[in-house]
Amino acid sequence: MHIVTCIKQVPDTKVIKMNPKTNTMDRSSAPAILNPYDAHAVEEAVRLKKRYGGFVSVLTMGPPPAVKAIKTCIELGADEGYMITDRAFAGADTLATSYALTQAIHKIAKQKPVDLIICGKMTIDGDTGQVGPGIARRLDIPPLTSVIKVVEINREEGYVIVHRKREDGYEVVQSTLPCLMAVEKEINEVSFASLPNMIRAARYEPHIWSVDDLENVDRSQLGLKGSPTIVSKVWAPPKPSEGEIISGTPEEQVERLIQLVLEKTDRLASKEVAQ
Amino acid sequence: MPEKFDCIVVGAGPAGTACAYELAKAGVNVLLLERGEYPGAKNVMGGVLYRQMLDEIIPGFYKEAPLERPIVEQRFMLLDKESAFTISYKGLEWAKEPYNNFTVLRAKFDQWFAQKAVEQGALLVCETVALECLVEDGRVVGVRTDRPEGDVYADVVVLADGVNSLLAKQLGFHKEWRPDEVALATMEIIKLDKKVIEDRFNLEEGQGCTIELLGDATKGILGTGFLYTNKDTVSIGVGTLLSGLIKHKIKPYELLEYVKNHPMVRPFIEGGEPVEYLAHLIPEGGYRSMPKVVGHGVVVVGDAAQLVNAVHREGSNLAMTSGRLAAETIIMAKEYNDFSENMLDHYRVKLMESFIGQDLKKYKDVTSFFDKHTQYFEKYIPMLNRAASQMLAVDGLSKWEKQKKVWQTLGSTGEKLQLARDMLRAWRVVK
Ligand SMILES: Cc1cc2nc3c(=O)[nH]c(=O)nc-3n(C[C@H](O)[C@H](O)[C@H](O)COP(=O)(O)OP(=O)(O)OC[C@H]3O[C@@H](n4cnc5c(N)ncnc54)[C@H](O)[C@@H]3O)c2cc1C
Ligand SMILES: Cc1cc2nc3c(=O)[nH]c(=O)nc-3n(C[C@H](O)[C@H](O)[C@H](O)COP(=O)(O)OP(=O)(O)OC[C@H]3O[C@@H](n4cnc5c(N)ncnc54)[C@H](O)[C@@H]3O)c2cc1C
Repeated sequence: MHIVTCIKQVPDTKVIKMNPKTNTMDRSSAPAILNPYDAHAVEEAVRLKKRYGGFVSVLTMGPPPAVKAIKTCIELGADEGYMITDRAFAGADTLATSYALTQAIHKIAKQKPVDLIICGKMTIDGDTGQVGPGIARRLDIPPLTSVIKVVEINREEGYVIVHRKREDGYEVVQSTLPCLMAVEKEINEVSFASLPNMIRAARYEPHIWSVDDLENVDRSQLGLKGSPTIVSKVWAPPKPSEGEIISGTPEEQVERLIQLVLEKTDRLASKEVAQ
Repeated sequence: MPEKFDCIVVGAGPAGTACAYELAKAGVNVLLLERGEYPGAKNVMGGVLYRQMLDEIIPGFYKEAPLERPIVEQRFMLLDKESAFTISYKGLEWAKEPYNNFTVLRAKFDQWFAQKAVEQGALLVCETVALECLVEDGRVVGVRTDRPEGDVYADVVVLADGVNSLLAKQLGFHKEWRPDEVALATMEIIKLDKKVIEDRFNLEEGQGCTIELLGDATKGILGTGFLYTNKDTVSIGVGTLLSGLIKHKIKPYELLEYVKNHPMVRPFIEGGEPVEYLAHLIPEGGYRSMPKVVGHGVVVVGDAAQLVNAVHREGSNLAMTSGRLAAETIIMAKEYNDFSENMLDHYRVKLMESFIGQDLKKYKDVTSFFDKHTQYFEKYIPMLNRAASQMLAVDGLSKWEKQKKVWQTLGSTGEKLQLARDMLRAWRVVK
């Protein structure tokens, strides 16, 4: 079984600073990390490989330093890494990103047919969750989003059974293979990489492709040109106000709480509360 | 089957990286293990990097390394409570190539240096802790790490794991350091505008200055404070023997607050924003505390071997040179395919012949001498300040009377004799 996992290098948004003048992320202020959801995607691919045998490839579109994110995936147990990097890809929105990744998947599949594609649920910098389904649509395979468990893969009979997360529980879904999954964090715990994998990753050099290495590419669908998204305004969400910590005996606390609720709901009732 | 390398270096600080660099350059298959997220992630140094020793490893490194400022002035301030007696040397020969020394921030510098070793062919693995040396038949044959399937083998292991060196301790090379063998240093990095730094420290654009603080900086406890200029930050710190902190019941950060608020120091950092707080041990036992540095299949370099010259606040350069010397011995050992203690002892011999051994021998009694004889820091530095104040105050007294008064500040005849004796003794210790 050949599993391709799509991964993205992202700035660690837990520590990132916003540039107050331009309202954009100051990317240099945060270390670049493997998108946390994608770590779960790779982990799942490696676990499936252990369960069913096979081969795990990872694919990213990004600038040259994103090689580091590929190495992190090798540490987690992926077998090969592919990166597509080219000025022509710059400025891609989710439409153009999924197009470029799909072209790269075609090329990978020529070397070794692909049975399953795994993506993260979303990235922590773009947050759209659109790239996975976008790839599935372009490849004309079923997209299984919000996957929290892979129950069974049957390659001979060509199906897969998964659990999909819902607000009120989960859904058991059977799909044909090949397909694409976008996974949630609860699907697994990312393991602590073994030393042999760490050593392999330190030595590893990924396959790096430019746009010229891909076949049948329609350049008008790449990068900024291929991106109909228009960002009209970006702003940092306002910091929530500090709030109040209510203290005192339980009775006093309840009283104060009711008073606040009533004040907020615009009712003049502090007197009644006191009674 | 666990992998086997020619050599494993534990710790990607200046010592380990220098060693791995030289080994890789000579074609030795070397694994460099570092527990930090990246080399330098948690490493601490006031920040003076000496040019000479790194130049011997990477000629002309200063053209590309991430350095802060070349130092053109070194000041020594002998502090009393509200005064300072300052000695300084500034020379513009230090403002141009090949320079004398530089300030650095370790988080940036160590990463760069390790990358250089990787370019030579060293294999760097981070976020991996070496837990212990693997020993078979009395020889070190590899290390065990904290990772799954974490054993890895080598002909020789270099312990460059810094001051605490748990690995050397486990091998019985040294005991837990005594509180009078290590100093605890705390420091802060304070953000200030480039221009403000240059104005306050009297510098031309891009130049740097170091100030060593003695006396009241450490409240008279044996130790020193420092104030170094980086590009757009200054590093301020204070280090004292652990024994001194224990004896005077002072918490290290209290001492740092004290020196930051000292009236002779405060104006330099006024209005700056602290961006980082760091604390670290410095091995200061010197020659007499040096542990065993070679065994069968193992050598110890840098802070792990107590290679610090406390008097001249040199450590990183001793670390690099020791790493280089260890590499030279390992390359030779590989030619003979003999990694016995006897063969590796060549490293110890070279180390003791080098400036490291010579300097450590020269200053072997300094730390313990000043630790025992507290009068130098507690009494004589304030005395010097009072004498200078008397001498320089224009207050209508004749110069004859002034000299007499200065003479009086030195105390009774008995005390003067004691002073003369003490100065002679101190001179003998450092000469
Ligand atoms: C409001 C907004 C404005 C933006 N403006 C710009 C802009 O001006 N210029 C610009 O360059 N970009 C811009 N982007 C970023 C760009 O649109 C997305 O980063 C990119 O298309 C991927 O979408 P995403 O990050 O939302 O990924 P998601 O769709 O959330 O990602 C889902 C999964 O898809 C996979 N995936 C996503 N991206 C990649 C990738 N690059 N390689 C491999 N796998 C991947 C991963 O498995 C990931 O977990 C903007 C994004 C937003 C939301
Ligand atoms: C506040 C302060 C100011 C100083 N100022 C100066 C100065 O101005 N000039 C100067 O030359 N020297 C100075 N020194 C001394 C200097 O920092 C040290 O001498 C020097 O860093 C020693 O280098 P090293 O490589 O031996 O050890 P370190 O720099 O301590 O490196 C040890 C490395 O090993 C890693 N490590 C440790 N244990 C393990 C393990 N078990 N597994 C894997 N990795 C491990 C650590 O993460 C670290 O990266 C100062 C020190 C301090 C604390």
